[in-house]
Amino acid sequence: MAQNAPASAGPIWVRRFDRFDRSLHILLMASFLGLSLTGVPLLFSEKPWAGTLSRLFGGFRSAATLHRVFATGMLVCFGSHLARLGKRLFGDKEYGILWGSSSLVPQPRDLMDLVRHVRWFLGRGERPRFERFTYWEKFDYWAVFWGMGIIGGSGLILWAPKFWARFLPGDLFNVALLVHGEEALLAVVFIFTIHFFNGHLRPEKFPMDTVIFTGVLPLEELKHERPAEYERLVAEGGIERLASPAPTADRVRKSRIVGTIAVSLGLLLVAFTLIALLS
Amino acid sequence: MRFGGVFAALLLTAAPLQAAAPAPKPPANDDCLACHEDQSVKRANGSSVAVDKAAFASSVHGAAGASCVDCHQDLAKTADFPHPEKLALVDCAACHASEVADYEKSVHAAERGKSKASKAAWCTDCHGIHDIRPSKDLASRTNHFNLPTTCLKCHGNLAVVPSAGGPPVNQPALFHDSIHGRALEKSGLKFAPNCSNCHGAHAIRNPKTDLESAVFRTKIPATCGTCHEKILAEYSDSIHGTQLAKGNAKVPVCSDCHTAHAITEATDVRRLAILHQCGGCHETSLATYRDTYHGQVNALGFSRIATCADCHTAHQIHPAGDPRSSVAPPHRLETCQKCHPGATANFSRYDPHANTHDKGRSRLLWATALFMKILLAGVFAFFGIHTVLWFPRSVKARIDARRNGRGAGDGQGEG
Repeated sequence: MAQNAPASAGPIWVRRFDRFDRSLHILLMASFLGLSLTGVPLLFSEKPWAGTLSRLFGGFRSAATLHRVFATGMLVCFGSHLARLGKRLFGDKEYGILWGSSSLVPQPRDLMDLVRHVRWFLGRGERPRFERFTYWEKFDYWAVFWGMGIIGGSGLILWAPKFWARFLPGDLFNVALLVHGEEALLAVVFIFTIHFFNGHLRPEKFPMDTVIFTGVLPLEELKHERPAEYERLVAEGGIERLASPAPTADRVRKSRIVGTIAVSLGLLLVAFTLIALLS
Repeated sequence: MRFGGVFAALLLTAAPLQAAAPAPKPPANDDCLACHEDQSVKRANGSSVAVDKAAFASSVHGAAGASCVDCHQDLAKTADFPHPEKLALVDCAACHASEVADYEKSVHAAERGKSKASKAAWCTDCHGIHDIRPSKDLASRTNHFNLPTTCLKCHGNLAVVPSAGGPPVNQPALFHDSIHGRALEKSGLKFAPNCSNCHGAHAIRNPKTDLESAVFRTKIPATCGTCHEKILAEYSDSIHGTQLAKGNAKVPVCSDCHTAHAITEATDVRRLAILHQCGGCHETSLATYRDTYHGQVNALGFSRIATCADCHTAHQIHPAGDPRSSVAPPHRLETCQKCHPGATANFSRYDPHANTHDKGRSRLLWATALFMKILLAGVFAFFGIHTVLWFPRSVKARIDARRNGRGAGDGQGEG
């Protein structure tokens, strides 16, 4: 068992995300940043920085083309995620992803975890014993899922209005434009503030959690942060299978560079956005 | 005017001859020039009394054979020379009565009437003194092509014509760069207007206060329409033109969109500026335009996107309910297709001025906007509070982790 490993061997690392998960996050992150940088200027078009940002992408036509390129990247991301879900569900009969301890589907325990977590914030109780996915991680996942449908759907309509106008009434484009912008604003501000804080910027994680890039985390951290998952893995005897070599220094360095660039761009954009919203 | 002038000059040369019998013989031009050709003869204040003989000879008056005393009539009866320094002011009205009568109605005359020290122009300021050439002469100060330069002597000089409140505006400079100015001065087009085509030649009235001025606000369309005839017809038929005819002076006239002097083609700069001209009155329309892709792209500083006139036309603007309107159902699709070839009837049902606050305009859009507002407020309120509560606890957790010797962050052993 893992806890029987000799202490002199240094920290033991366990795998949390496989190569597919990590690639998906990189693709999602890059396409989301690209979509934000090329799209947000339209929402604040009267601010001087919006014009500057738009010109940085070569003007509105070029920015619009790039927006579609990034959108294609995100569609590929969403499509491959759905395909993998399908494979796990129908190919590998991995029904555990639908319900249970390691599922992303919200369950009664998430509500309990939320209540306990808030009590812990207020110093009135122990930290909840989280499983593989916490309630805020599940919210992040489903928010993106919902956003894919709403922003992606409306975006596809706005991509080719003349085509869609053969089947759909024109006033639907007004609705599509509205929800595309509002939902995008929600996504941009949420990801660049709440997700950044929850995942990376909160003091326990600051400046960032590289697990999404390296795929591995120290066993001690898993034990501390997700005790329920740890205990389940120990009980199921799966912890050995997850044991991994420590990430190489090079990989950690690269992860930090990529993470820092993404977080900086996001924070910069959200700062402009919030100033524009509040002014 | 030239023929009138020559005729009058001929009359003048004849008139004194008939009345000459009792009076002393008036001096001939050469008699006058005996002194006035001499550059060294000076007045008490030191200024020269010299008259350029050649310039007078080639002037409209000289060419017609007018004599000095035709204008300086008080000298026709003088026998004693040299004559006193102070002579009566030459009265151009003796010959040019209608021009002077027109001048009396002008803002220039009014200014001179207010104060003897006024620098406002009168006959000689524009026409010259002894060297007056007919306007047809390309060397004349009042020639069609030279007039802006003549007006510019005073109107480009704030020391002579101070700004009438507000920032000083150099109208002639604006005119030089305008489409009219370039057509006149660079291309030499005789059809291009100069100052007098709009403001008048002698009866230049105050355009701000004088209702008779050709460039008084309500008169502007008719004045521009003397050349831009077809545009005037379209404008007169439009909602703005018909309202103007009913006495509504708030409607836009030509100069509101095109400016008075800096008139240019519909360049990209103009295409961006037009929004603020229309939006000055149509505030809601500008605001709702800004909510759409057209308005957003435009606000980013790119003009190759529909602005007001692209859909509503520039001059044939009618209310959307009027079937003649370019955005009314009979023409709407055609209007969309100007930029969106292949657009369908469904496509043209898109509302380019959709208003999320206007429940009556689109219930669906209003409800969607309300839903989005609640969703955004809900998510950010929940996670805002969540984050604010978490932060201090997270600080404490990090400190505890360090104390217990367990790494924080990504577990790279910082603790």
